[in-house]
Amino acid sequence: MKIAMDIELKDIPGQLVRALKPISDLGGNILSVLHQRDKKTPSGRVPVQLVFELEEGRLDRLVEKLRGEGMQVVRIGKERMKDSMVVILIGHIVHSDLRDTIDRIDRTGFAEVVELSMSMPGVDKKSSASLVISAIGKSELKEALGILEDTAREKGIMVISPI
Amino acid sequence: MKRERAVRLTIVGFGHVGGGVAEVIMRKHQELKEIYGLDLRIVGIADLKGVTINEKGLSEPEIAKFRDGSVLAGMSTEDMIREVEHELMVEATPTNVVDGEPGVTHIVTALESGRHVVTSNKGPLALQYRRLTELAERHGRELRFEATVGGAMPLISMIRNNLAGNRIISIKGILNGTCNYILTRMGEENLPYEHVLREAQEIGIAESDPTKDVEGIDTAVKLVILANAVFDMDVTYRDVKVRGITEITPDALKLAHDAGYAIKLIGDVDDEGRLEVAPRLVPLGDPLNVNGTLNVATIRTDLAGDITVIGKGAGPIEAASAILSDIIGIYAR
Repeated sequence: MKIAMDIELKDIPGQLVRALKPISDLGGNILSVLHQRDKKTPSGRVPVQLVFELEEGRLDRLVEKLRGEGMQVVRIGKERMKDSMVVILIGHIVHSDLRDTIDRIDRTGFAEVVELSMSMPGVDKKSSASLVISAIGKSELKEALGILEDTAREKGIMVISPI
Repeated sequence: MKRERAVRLTIVGFGHVGGGVAEVIMRKHQELKEIYGLDLRIVGIADLKGVTINEKGLSEPEIAKFRDGSVLAGMSTEDMIREVEHELMVEATPTNVVDGEPGVTHIVTALESGRHVVTSNKGPLALQYRRLTELAERHGRELRFEATVGGAMPLISMIRNNLAGNRIISIKGILNGTCNYILTRMGEENLPYEHVLREAQEIGIAESDPTKDVEGIDTAVKLVILANAVFDMDVTYRDVKVRGITEITPDALKLAHDAGYAIKLIGDVDDEGRLEVAPRLVPLGDPLNVNGTLNVATIRTDLAGDITVIGKGAGPIEAASAILSDIIGIYAR
């Protein structure tokens, strides 16, 4: 199953590798790592958001191992994609590689495009699309929207998001 | 019977709004006396044509003559503000978002001359909010500007008076009736932007140069006034992230509707520094989903929860309503 986990590392070299190793040791598949060295916690630790696939029965052992390495496990999200959001795109959506736009969200591991409706009025005209993005949590959903907005800016597409 | 208090005022800028203020003050003169004990007298009017004054209060025929361009006093607008004795100036010249003039000069002159100021002019507040409010404070005068945001909608005074004690978390709203009209019509009739814009221009809802409205500039200017007045920011409209509605397609409106949303041009300001104007998806059942030329704002507060105000955003009498309530607010304490 897909698991999102927030951990906090000591700010010394080699910590990230030591955090990731137990996951692969237990047969897990790491999908995304968000390492924010510039956003330290008040106690000087570095927050890391992980998303990985792991057999559910091995989760307790993983947490035990991480704690044994001196890491703090702050949050474990076992939910599948549970938050979703509709966004509208306007622009040359297909000609700017729609597949790549969607892939950039799917590739995160913590969010994916689950629905797509399009309307293409003519070859040279701008098309419009509605996407539904799902993510494992609210903050991940927000991040996925950020990725989509960056991608859209790069490709000259307008993104309309909910209030 | 309340004790009556005579308040002499001048009106600077005598277009639709200034004229509307004069009309409302004349029409309600007796009522204002009876209810608030306020005897409002317009002792001077100035616009590009010149200045007319009457220290005892201009009569309706005198105002009509000024409108026709006769009976001009030989003095400049600033001289009138400085030299004619009065308590309050109404500044209703058109908004200029480049340098705020001539509004800034009028307001500064009035405050330095010891006049209270009530204005509908967005430019000076969007560009020099801090300087003007500090000047008012230094001279112990009031500077009120309810008419600048959302026309007749009571936003700033509601937050300052009725919601006193609440922390304001965010304000989101439709602050431009022209954009709301265009998006509403595009959605209802499945018509392209250009077509609906032309229609709006024909019936006088959009100006011949609609840039300020459709590019989101007008909304941004109003948002800045809210940001400064309510969130104590020190920003100008150049700090706002702005996108307008010119690229919205009827297809996008339909796709949004199928998903349960309307697309509206939303101004969004919050206590974490967000300052943005952009087309956004508004759930069909949300109170912000109002149609036509209406304006709306939802104020999120820590104690009272969400409060939504809906009203007519534009129009001379609506602006005059906001100006009048500011004037009464200054003296009714």
